[in-house]
Amino acid sequence: MDFKSSDTITGPRAEDHLPHTAQAAVKIVIVGGFGVGKTTMVGSVSEIKPLTTEETMTQAGIGVDDNYGSESKTATTVAMDFGRISITDQLVLYLFGTPGQERFWFLWNGLFEGALGAVVLIDTRRLEVSFDVIGRLEERGVPFVVAINDFPDAPGYPIEDLRTALDLPEEIPIVKCDARRRASSRDTLMTLMRFLHSLAITSAPV
Amino acid sequence: MTPPQRRRRHPKEEAPDPPAPESPHVQEGAEGADEEGEGKSKNPERLYVLTGGGEGGDRAELDLVTLVVARADASPPVAQPEQSALLRLCQAPLSVAELSAYLNLPFSVVTVLLTEMLAAELVHARAPIVRSALPDRSLLEAVMHGLQKL
Repeated sequence: MDFKSSDTITGPRAEDHLPHTAQAAVKIVIVGGFGVGKTTMVGSVSEIKPLTTEETMTQAGIGVDDNYGSESKTATTVAMDFGRISITDQLVLYLFGTPGQERFWFLWNGLFEGALGAVVLIDTRRLEVSFDVIGRLEERGVPFVVAINDFPDAPGYPIEDLRTALDLPEEIPIVKCDARRRASSRDTLMTLMRFLHSLAITSAPV
Repeated sequence: MTPPQRRRRHPKEEAPDPPAPESPHVQEGAEGADEEGEGKSKNPERLYVLTGGGEGGDRAELDLVTLVVARADASPPVAQPEQSALLRLCQAPLSVAELSAYLNLPFSVVTVLLTEMLAAELVHARAPIVRSALPDRSLLEAVMHGLQKL
């Protein structure tokens, strides 16, 4: 094999590399049901073409369903789409979207634990697919905001009805967005950052 | 029109702490992989070979967003083509996630390869900033300023 050739590897292009000044990175996770627009949101704000990393999970019959108590192990490949935003010359933000079987995301050690926070992306036509994810974020203490991806034919529930339906406290922001639009996705991320900032202010001694 | 109502999960339903991602390559040998894998995973042998047997078994604390960069003086004969490819990829900083994506290798395999390369002083790792109990407001503000420029 000729190691001078990069034919066997796709990318990165020169502009896909970070500057040598890059010192640290933070991450935000975008969660939601299948087809709700997570990868679309990642792609709309990312400075690189979204990439995919994967991990093979083996789990010993962890059940969300009561009838799933067998001890048999199953291997599942969990894929993550992600993008990148350079914040400064030193600081980089990574956005991870989580396609596929949502209950496996939480087996990915460190994915949520190290994240600044999460955006729960919701399609109001299938609100119930987000219920499990919201519960798991609450259990893990991962701060999150809810973004309604505004599909044209989706039911236009008032935000407060959605808050009631999702059983979310007043302080958790719920916003509408269009994940295809860069500005809208950026505003959603800003909503999360302002929320995290408010948490930092209220929890920190001044 | 009323949306469906979420019901909070009962505490008893809380899943136990998830097991670490199963990685055939950090096991002691092929026999151990047979015990654990039982043919469920597609090709544990290949991953086992790829990571040089995982002697030692310790992985560096590499996050998806740990930035990795080749050391300037690293010009060694590297035994494995995957490690050569990693070294070439991270001439300028890239995250572990990006290295995994470009090499089309699972995250855990890349972390094992990188752990060996860190031990051999071929690469530097720049630690990620993780959320702590007390978030750093200046960090949050830096991210907000960066997003506003988008």
